[in-house]
Amino acid sequence: MGQKIEQDLQRFRKIVRGKIKSNLSKYISRGEMIGKKGNDLVSIPMPSINTPQFRYGSKGSGGVGVGEGQPGQPLTKPQDGEGDPQAGDQPGGHILEVDLTMEELADILGEELALPRIEPKGKKNVVTEKDKYSSIRNVGPESLRHFKRTYKKALKRQISTGTYSPTNPLVVPIREDKQYRSWKEVPKPDAVACVVYMMDVSGSMTDEQKEIVRIEAFWIDTWIKKHYQGVDTVYIVHDAVAHEVDEHTFYHTRESGGTKISAAYEMANKIIDARFPPTEWNVYAFHFSDGDNWGDDNAKCQEILKTQLLPKLNLFGYGQVESPYGSGEFFEHVNELTDDHENVVVTKVPDREAILASIKEFLKTGR
Amino acid sequence: MTQLGFYNTNLPPHLRILKDEIEGYARDYGLDFFETIFEVVDADDLNEIAAYGGFPTRYPHWSFGMQYEELSKSYSYGLSKIYEMVINNDPCYAYLMRCNHTVDQKLVMAHVYGHCDFFKNNAYFGHTTRKMMDEIANHGNRLRRYVERFGEDEVEGFLDKCMSIDDLIDIHSVAIKRRDDPHAAPPKTDDGEEDEKPVRFKTKDYLTDFMNPPDQLRAVEDEKRKAKAQQTPPHFPERPEKDVLLFLIEHAPLKNWQKDVLSIVRDEAYYFYPQAQTKIINEGWASFWHSTIMTQKVLQPSEVIDYADHHSGTMATSSKRLNPYKVGIELLRDVERRWNMGQFGAEWENCDDLDKKRSWNTNVGLGRQKIFEVRKIHNDITFIDTFLTPEFCVENKLFAFNYQDQTKNYVIESREFEKVKQRLLFSLTNFGKPWIYVLNGNHANRGELLLRHGYNGVELKVPEARDVLTNIQFIWGRPVHLETVIDDKPILLSFDGSDHTHQTIGGDHDTRGKSGTKTK
Repeated sequence: MGQKIEQDLQRFRKIVRGKIKSNLSKYISRGEMIGKKGNDLVSIPMPSINTPQFRYGSKGSGGVGVGEGQPGQPLTKPQDGEGDPQAGDQPGGHILEVDLTMEELADILGEELALPRIEPKGKKNVVTEKDKYSSIRNVGPESLRHFKRTYKKALKRQISTGTYSPTNPLVVPIREDKQYRSWKEVPKPDAVACVVYMMDVSGSMTDEQKEIVRIEAFWIDTWIKKHYQGVDTVYIVHDAVAHEVDEHTFYHTRESGGTKISAAYEMANKIIDARFPPTEWNVYAFHFSDGDNWGDDNAKCQEILKTQLLPKLNLFGYGQVESPYGSGEFFEHVNELTDDHENVVVTKVPDREAILASIKEFLKTGR
Repeated sequence: MTQLGFYNTNLPPHLRILKDEIEGYARDYGLDFFETIFEVVDADDLNEIAAYGGFPTRYPHWSFGMQYEELSKSYSYGLSKIYEMVINNDPCYAYLMRCNHTVDQKLVMAHVYGHCDFFKNNAYFGHTTRKMMDEIANHGNRLRRYVERFGEDEVEGFLDKCMSIDDLIDIHSVAIKRRDDPHAAPPKTDDGEEDEKPVRFKTKDYLTDFMNPPDQLRAVEDEKRKAKAQQTPPHFPERPEKDVLLFLIEHAPLKNWQKDVLSIVRDEAYYFYPQAQTKIINEGWASFWHSTIMTQKVLQPSEVIDYADHHSGTMATSSKRLNPYKVGIELLRDVERRWNMGQFGAEWENCDDLDKKRSWNTNVGLGRQKIFEVRKIHNDITFIDTFLTPEFCVENKLFAFNYQDQTKNYVIESREFEKVKQRLLFSLTNFGKPWIYVLNGNHANRGELLLRHGYNGVELKVPEARDVLTNIQFIWGRPVHLETVIDDKPILLSFDGSDHTHQTIGGDHDTRGKSGTKTK
């Protein structure tokens, strides 16, 4: 590829990326990027940059086509809804796909929000031994025989002993010739993290609020995953009682009834103790609620946080969405803790616009 | 072939032999072309060249990078492949893809000679410069120099704006003298003071007051002055100017480098438009010749299947877009057949007997001669207008479609000849783009720019039109306005540098400000 086009191409990519950057909040609130299931590639359908020109709209427009069909029969709908099919040489409305890996997406997020890197806690780095097949031995199983080296060695031996004849190039390796692949153990630091998402699914949480939680959780996930090799997620929903659920249920459950937040905290505490001992794991917990808690429960929540949860966590984030019903008083109760515990962050997320600011608030501590 | 520098483009020996052979056949058939230089390039390079519109030395701009991304992506995913690329230049440059099969190279060469003949002989290419390779390279150098001096963002930003209006040119201006030579200034009719003095009769001194009463004189003088004041100032421009780019170059308060950039964009637009203007007939002509040369001369028996496959791929049609290759070649063949069989002229036109028409054959054999004439004097519009027949429409299953407002969908409108022809011609007129004129360069006597969209039943895409206005405003410096029609009402879209407004034309002047809707 010529150097010239490379420059123009880079320029174009920069503009496209710039486009993502400056419209980031728009993309996030439309939730377009949530589609990461399994594969870690996100494909963003992105219209190619169209220089504006005076063009005909669709109203009153038409053209000429070729094929079967009776008058009145609809043609297939144009892709972008308003691409006007016409004779001539105009290219249609192309959709250009720009593939971003999750890594790049996280970079853009970090750049946009000026987030600091997360420092995994040193002592919690688990060191695992990994086998790398990078050396050679004289003994080993036949399945690991290095054919090329074995052949070479046999050839060398035969030539030096004079048993090789070019007219009958038969090379037979004997036992001493055989070479086998072998492994070395390579120590590999493994910083692992666990993220516990808790959500209030009491009657006062509407679908809109769950969507906000969903979007926010996605971006937090993206960011944390960038910094750890392995990230486990735990989802807990609660009203008056708490349940551990899978991701799908987490976002789609609708319950009714009262709210006892302490139930969720107890549950989280239990799960962390049982499966994610803080000596080995970097544990994060995020709780989303409309802040409408059963009055007598508040003291208990504070108690659990202070004595049980907070010492085990890298970060505890409490995000309060606004509901038409809730009083939102729980916000204050958590807020009280921020003075004594630097790993507590509280934010309010009244609407989709506030998501970015909230994410930034959560993650700017770099913990 | 060292001209292009970057590429190793030597024609391998077996292709050189083929080239000489095919060139010979082309000449035997009567094709007449500039010397043609074939360059053999890799897919990547071909995509790059195609992204630059055929000119590897083009000025730098991200939009070419975008083109390249699209081409190379769809090539690497096997969605599309560029077979041929040929440049209207003397000598003609044509590019061959290195990895193509020999049968494809033959096909492309034959096709290219068709194009070269068309470039050289078609009237609409008459005005294009044949040294475009050099000129484009100069444009590129000039632009690169500006980038060095004024910064990439600055120049690119301006270029973006220019490209947004690069279709606002007057394609007929090369053939019609629109305005007088600006250097031949009109003779001065204004004699200054002399003219305003009322006629005095010659008298004796003592009769002066009687023959030329001072009151009367003053009254006459006043009247003349008044008449002069009422005389409308000369229009600016004198007639609506379709070449908006030229108007901006001449009258917008641009820096010298900006003027030059705008001129570069305009020059290249004028160079490229004949190719858009003759897409159907040009591709038809080239396809006609590759088909003729291949099937009658060059094709080996072993290559027939591949050739047929690729030829039919090129000719494939879809219901949404007409394939210019297909329409062009079919229509040319139809013309050749009709003129061979004498199916033209008054006698044929006036014949009502369908049976007789079906078997009409006078064996005049004028077909070949006729299509050579067609390729000389026609562009797409005149070609379709002159030679499209009802029989052709039926045979090729052409239909007209239009947009249904209720269902927001395109629907087959009709298969009637008149309708199809009208839609087809409309989509070709002005390249299927709206007509925009400069109406007044001193609108409201405030130096504002008034443009008019020549409304013909199809409305503008308004949000996009607003963006274009923003770009024009940047160039013009003062507020710009566009008269157009929205929802069957005449509307004036305006942009003053910070706000977009629109108002109904013909409303009360006093309520203008209030009725105007502001949109940021």
